[in-house]
Amino acid sequence: MAHTMSDERPPDGIVLTEAQKRSRRNRSIATALALGVLVLLFFAVTLVKGPAVLNRPF
Amino acid sequence: MSVVDQNSIVLAPRISEAEVSDYIALLKPRVMSLVIFTALVGLVMAPGHIHPVLAFTSLLCIAVGAGASGALNMAFEGDLDAKMTRTANRPIPRGRITPAEATAFGMTLAFFSVLTLGILVNWFAGGLLAFTIFFYVVIYTLLLKRRTAQNIVIGGAAGSLPPVVAWVAATGSLSVEPLLLFLIIFFWTPPHFWALAMFRSEDYARAGVPMLPVVAGPDATRLQILLYTIVLVAIAAAPWPLGYFDAVYGVISLALGAVMLALAINVYRRRERAESLRATRKLFAFSILYLFALFATLLLEVVVRALLHVIW
Repeated sequence: MAHTMSDERPPDGIVLTEAQKRSRRNRSIATALALGVLVLLFFAVTLVKGPAVLNRPF
Repeated sequence: MSVVDQNSIVLAPRISEAEVSDYIALLKPRVMSLVIFTALVGLVMAPGHIHPVLAFTSLLCIAVGAGASGALNMAFEGDLDAKMTRTANRPIPRGRITPAEATAFGMTLAFFSVLTLGILVNWFAGGLLAFTIFFYVVIYTLLLKRRTAQNIVIGGAAGSLPPVVAWVAATGSLSVEPLLLFLIIFFWTPPHFWALAMFRSEDYARAGVPMLPVVAGPDATRLQILLYTIVLVAIAAAPWPLGYFDAVYGVISLALGAVMLALAINVYRRRERAESLRATRKLFAFSILYLFALFATLLLEVVVRALLHVIW
């Protein structure tokens, strides 16, 4: 009979090593920065284009 | 991961230890820098005015699109990269990033670069960027790379498109000038990559990639390098007689072309192994300088022309 992983998991579940925690944190910061740049870029272009921001020629 | 077998073997999920630097390596930063530079030239050469913020947005999207192509290329070529000395240290063969993670990363970047360029600049440029990514990943990486010795000739079109995308971003239309830039990079690609393939032919043979030196042999490759270089030098000088650039560009282009041609002739003549390796390495190294110097001359001439226009 099959069991779900939660049946077999030790009480603490998966414990990340320090290296895994550090690399995950670094990746999260990089992702946040990239999203921040994207938001700033869209904001800057709305300022540059003004109402024409909705005019997107092919 | 949620179900285990009757022996209760629990398969732990793979926890990534990939650093940001591993993901940056997936973007092929050196290729990206050349893409940004050639795109900048296309952008500056374009007539009319583009706001600096839109110019920056265009370059950023083209750069990210190029990075996405690089990541997707590595995602599909992990098995080849592992067999080649030159690429064995890439994140996927080293086990830092899985092909699935690289695919997700590349697809995300491709989606956002095309969407952003389309929404913020224009959809012609966005569509052309999407086509560039598609061509590099699907046509070159998946269809041509492992099948034909003409892989880098046809696939070179993808690497030649960034200045065209930049021109379209600035103008919203196409013209002869960006097509000349396209042709320069297109005819530069074979001598550049075949020179590399000449001194890395054992690597390519081991990986089973049908590069021209592996399939047709070094002599046929030497001839092809020479022929493509002759065409390249002629096309690189063409903006001068066609009237797009003046004699300063023409003379510099021909001087650079003369060195490139001399090195290609040297590759054609040196058949002994050690001499041949030296000759191909020299051509490979100079070909990078050649393209950079050629586009730098174009850039400088446009900038000087604009400055003179302001002064007078």
